[in-house]
Amino acid sequence: MNEMVITREQREARLEGMGCKRKRVEDVRFTQGRGNYVDDIKMPNMVHGDFVRSQYAHAKIVKIDASKAKALPGVIAVLTAEDLKPLGLHWMPTLAGDVQAVLADGKVCFQNQEIAFVVAENRYITDDAIQLIEVEYEELPVVVDPFQSMAPDAPVLRPDLDGKMTGAHGPRKHHNHIFEWTIGDQSATDLAFETADVTVKEMLSYHRTHPSPLETCQCLASFDKIKGELTVYGTFQAPHVIRTVASLLSKIPEHKIHVIAPDIGGGFGNKVGAYAGYICSIVATIVTGVPVKWVEDRMENLSTTSFARDYHMTTEIAATKDGKVTGLRVHVLADHGAFDACADPSKWPAGFMNIVTGSYDFPTAHLAVDGVYTNKAPGGVAYRCSFRVTEAAYCIERGMDILAQKLGMDPADLRLKNFIRREQFPYQSALGWEYDSGDYHTAMNKAMEAISYRALRAEQKAKQEAFRRGETREIMGIGVSFFTEIVGAGPSKNCDILGVAMFDSAEIRIHPTGSIIARMGSKSQGQGHETTWAQIIATELGIPADDIMIEEGNTDTAPYGLGTYGSRSTPVAGAAIAMAARKIKNKAQMIAAHLLEVSEYDLEWDIDGFRVKGNPERSKTMKEIAWASYNSPPPGLEPGLEAVNYYDPPNMTYPFGAYFCVMDIDVDTGVAKIRRFYALDDCGTRINPMIIEGQVHGGLTEAFAIAMGQEIKYDELGNVVGASFMDFFIPTAVETPHWETDHTVTPSPHHPIGAKGVGESPNVGGVPAFSNAVNDAFGFLGSTHIQMPHDAWRVWEAAKKLGVHA
Amino acid sequence: MIPGQFVYHRPASIAEAVAVLAAHGDEARPLSGGHSLIPMMKLRMATPEHLVDLAGISELKGISQQGQTIVIGAMTTQADLIKSDLLASALPIIRETSLQIADPQIRTKGTIGGNVANGDPGNDMPGLMQCLGATYHLSGASGERTVAARDFYQGAYFTSLDVGEILTSISIPVPPAGHGYAYEKLKRKIGDYATAATAVILTMADGKVATCSIALTNVSSTPLFAEEAAQLCLGTSLDAATLKAAGEAAKSISDPAADGRGTAEYRREMAGVVTARALAKAASRAMKGA
Ligand SMILES: Cc1cc2nc3c(=O)[nH]c(=O)nc-3n(C[C@H](O)[C@H](O)[C@H](O)COP(=O)(O)OP(=O)(O)OC[C@H]3O[C@@H](n4cnc5c(N)ncnc54)[C@H](O)[C@@H]3O)c2cc1C
Repeated sequence: MNEMVITREQREARLEGMGCKRKRVEDVRFTQGRGNYVDDIKMPNMVHGDFVRSQYAHAKIVKIDASKAKALPGVIAVLTAEDLKPLGLHWMPTLAGDVQAVLADGKVCFQNQEIAFVVAENRYITDDAIQLIEVEYEELPVVVDPFQSMAPDAPVLRPDLDGKMTGAHGPRKHHNHIFEWTIGDQSATDLAFETADVTVKEMLSYHRTHPSPLETCQCLASFDKIKGELTVYGTFQAPHVIRTVASLLSKIPEHKIHVIAPDIGGGFGNKVGAYAGYICSIVATIVTGVPVKWVEDRMENLSTTSFARDYHMTTEIAATKDGKVTGLRVHVLADHGAFDACADPSKWPAGFMNIVTGSYDFPTAHLAVDGVYTNKAPGGVAYRCSFRVTEAAYCIERGMDILAQKLGMDPADLRLKNFIRREQFPYQSALGWEYDSGDYHTAMNKAMEAISYRALRAEQKAKQEAFRRGETREIMGIGVSFFTEIVGAGPSKNCDILGVAMFDSAEIRIHPTGSIIARMGSKSQGQGHETTWAQIIATELGIPADDIMIEEGNTDTAPYGLGTYGSRSTPVAGAAIAMAARKIKNKAQMIAAHLLEVSEYDLEWDIDGFRVKGNPERSKTMKEIAWASYNSPPPGLEPGLEAVNYYDPPNMTYPFGAYFCVMDIDVDTGVAKIRRFYALDDCGTRINPMIIEGQVHGGLTEAFAIAMGQEIKYDELGNVVGASFMDFFIPTAVETPHWETDHTVTPSPHHPIGAKGVGESPNVGGVPAFSNAVNDAFGFLGSTHIQMPHDAWRVWEAAKKLGVHA
Repeated sequence: MIPGQFVYHRPASIAEAVAVLAAHGDEARPLSGGHSLIPMMKLRMATPEHLVDLAGISELKGISQQGQTIVIGAMTTQADLIKSDLLASALPIIRETSLQIADPQIRTKGTIGGNVANGDPGNDMPGLMQCLGATYHLSGASGERTVAARDFYQGAYFTSLDVGEILTSISIPVPPAGHGYAYEKLKRKIGDYATAATAVILTMADGKVATCSIALTNVSSTPLFAEEAAQLCLGTSLDAATLKAAGEAAKSISDPAADGRGTAEYRREMAGVVTARALAKAASRAMKGA
């Protein structure tokens, strides 16, 4: 009865499909403390492992004496490199083509490096035993500053590479050199600089920070000796890759390894790589025959597993005197720490740093990146960004501001003048990418109008004059950032991880009563896939999102995929979902035609089913079709309604956005107050506007933290300082500014639903907006560039250098 | 981040607590809110074998007025200090300071006794107690005694408290009605200790400073009672030149360490800035109160 009166709008609305602000279904359990994280999982006879870590940044290990620890009641095993050697597991391959010591093999190369793995009945005994292990060291000279790493007399950090003058990415220039990666037309770029009216040059450092998810890295490994099967629960952003790597390293056949990523409490790139804790837990469960759990504490997380950035970018821009850019030249000194454990697609040692031409029409450009070793923790992961895209965006967005200052031009006007124009898409960039779509002028103009940009500039000018007259000690900065990202790695032609192509996958199965279970190769760490993936299927198949269960993370049941990072889930897995749904829809159409006794071609899709063209009274809903697919399929057609799709994307996607930050700085304390932050994002088709907003809020909060203080710092001896939440800046609700969000929609032309990915945009675009605001505030006093992070004391120091405290 | 083994005691009276502490000497430590001690134990920077929890001793709790003195029991939490109507009217600076300590969760556990007995230069209450001229009441195996807050602190984590002694209460003389006050704390974020902080209590007469007391937090290994800075303010209207001079005097006794909050130079400069700002705020409140 009700069915008769329901309107088309109501039918559409009850699907809660794409475009709907559907509430996050996973939050029902998360907000009630009912998530199921690795540390919630307990197995019978489970024991606990943890590490003895290096006190020093660089030292020979003379002796490890574990006798007292082994004598402590409750201690089950102590593993050192010597114990792993016979298994060939004392070193492991990194995703970047290097090797990394699982347990220190004769020497340590960074503070807190893993030396021994202690397994005991509970965490208390494990920690007591760790205190009892005596390690005798012989200290070695330390390299902390990447700029000193390739000095002729710099100490050899990696004797294991001695004499190897070719690495995974070509020739090495020095014993502490990892690779040099160059791209672009060097001679054309040099010529552009020689003939330019105006050039600028500045070394822009993007300091070392850390993704710091609230849940640290952890795993629980259990080996069943009878079946010869290994089960590993872990905080894995890419569980299938972990399974493959585990199989290759352990020689256990891949079908006998069950890798399961349960709920994950944030990843941000921290949980892509393979860590010593995983390997040691696996070895320990095989050795002891009982399940072994390893849980990092906060300090271990911040100081060992995967830092981000530490990129030092010498940036040059050439331009005409009226502000048209003519060339970009960037040299990066990349500090990778003691082992090259960056998590980039294998062929990209500097990630997608060559997106550094940004949103601008550079006729020519050249980029060179030198990666070096130092006595710092390994990593260089993509902290809420596609590989090195945040670094690239910071580089070009600071660079454009510096050029604007030199030209005496407004930074927004300079950007408007140099944007790639709408009609230039698909656009071939000077450094080799094909941008899929964009409409930068529309986005920028909308943003400038929304914040009354010109009025803000007038206000700033008045404040500067008041400051000069001594009437105020506050200065005002307006940060402009217009970023273009490259996400969705990626096409198999240029993207793989250790030889595994970076496709992704979806499997959708409709049950006879018309509800759905769907599984993907992606893995949410809080992004809300259980909500949004169901919305894509709801729109594609006309089944209400509430009737769709999404499952990820269990490698036994989910189709093989490369996981979630680099904003790849929507561009790749999201496409696979739409494609799998369309396979189902095609079959559903055949069944509907059979049921309605018409030709398939006489049918058209209508929200939640097929109807006969010109006779809309005659129709079959997807639910009816589902029942028929099992119980009365057309003769000759196999029963059931399900499909799998593996999606190899034809191109990356290129989300973009215009961000503005308005800031007031107290020059006497260096404290910066964010007055306004406006973020306009264009991520193509918007699957769930509320989730997009949530992602933007979270990403901007991280960007704020990074730009304004978050840092992993080392002293000159290589001691990591401030690696706890007392010092490492995680903003609370009190410090976090109010975020204003906005959008334009420029769909991706090559993506089945036109979506581009948004989770990382705010981190990528946010950092330069904050940094540009600080720099913009001080520009009128003669400053050209102030390095991040912009915490109060450094801002004060900058003010002092400019003489404002006199 | 896992503490070592310890024995837990929960005495019901001060006498019992003192006895347990005396029995175990320097292997025992009193436990109040635990928000300074437990983190240290997790880092194994403190490894007491006996923890004597004071939470079961009701005589250690509460805020009362006895004539012109306010007495606060050691186990009174920072949240209790914030809630107290008596303090809000008689000693509003205690509320203002408490609200700048840590975050609401920590304030419901952290106690005033633990805060002042801890000896961490980062704690905010010790400087405030020096500013207010408070007296600490101590109880140990050899009896009871009192020590002025201004004499209590000897170095970082090093106080006049003897092994086995507990701090039972704090008495504070009530400043005159209409006094000006301010606790100015510069910090990186909620939950952070001070980059530099200054407590000021003053009275004004005819637009001039009549009495003034100033103390500084976290710019030395102990809180600092800034006598000279206070002296400079007397008889002035706290004009710009006086504020600057007082700030300079505060700086001159500061000797902060470089840390994540900034260089030593920056933190010393900030001691001057927050002192000048605290004075200005206190003066304006005194004028309004008058
Ligand atoms: C994240 C964080 C941020 C913080 N920020 C601030 C801040 O901004 N400002 C600030 O002032 N504090 C701060 N604190 C500390 C907090 O206020 C503490 O609670 C307080 O300093 C100590 O009080 P407690 O009751 O927790 O003491 P406990 O931790 O129980 O004890 C501290 C020390 O004092 C001793 N002790 C405790 N009570 C007595 C007693 N009655 N007699 C003798 N000795 C005793 C203990 O043996 C121990 O050595 C912070 C704490 C945390 C965890």
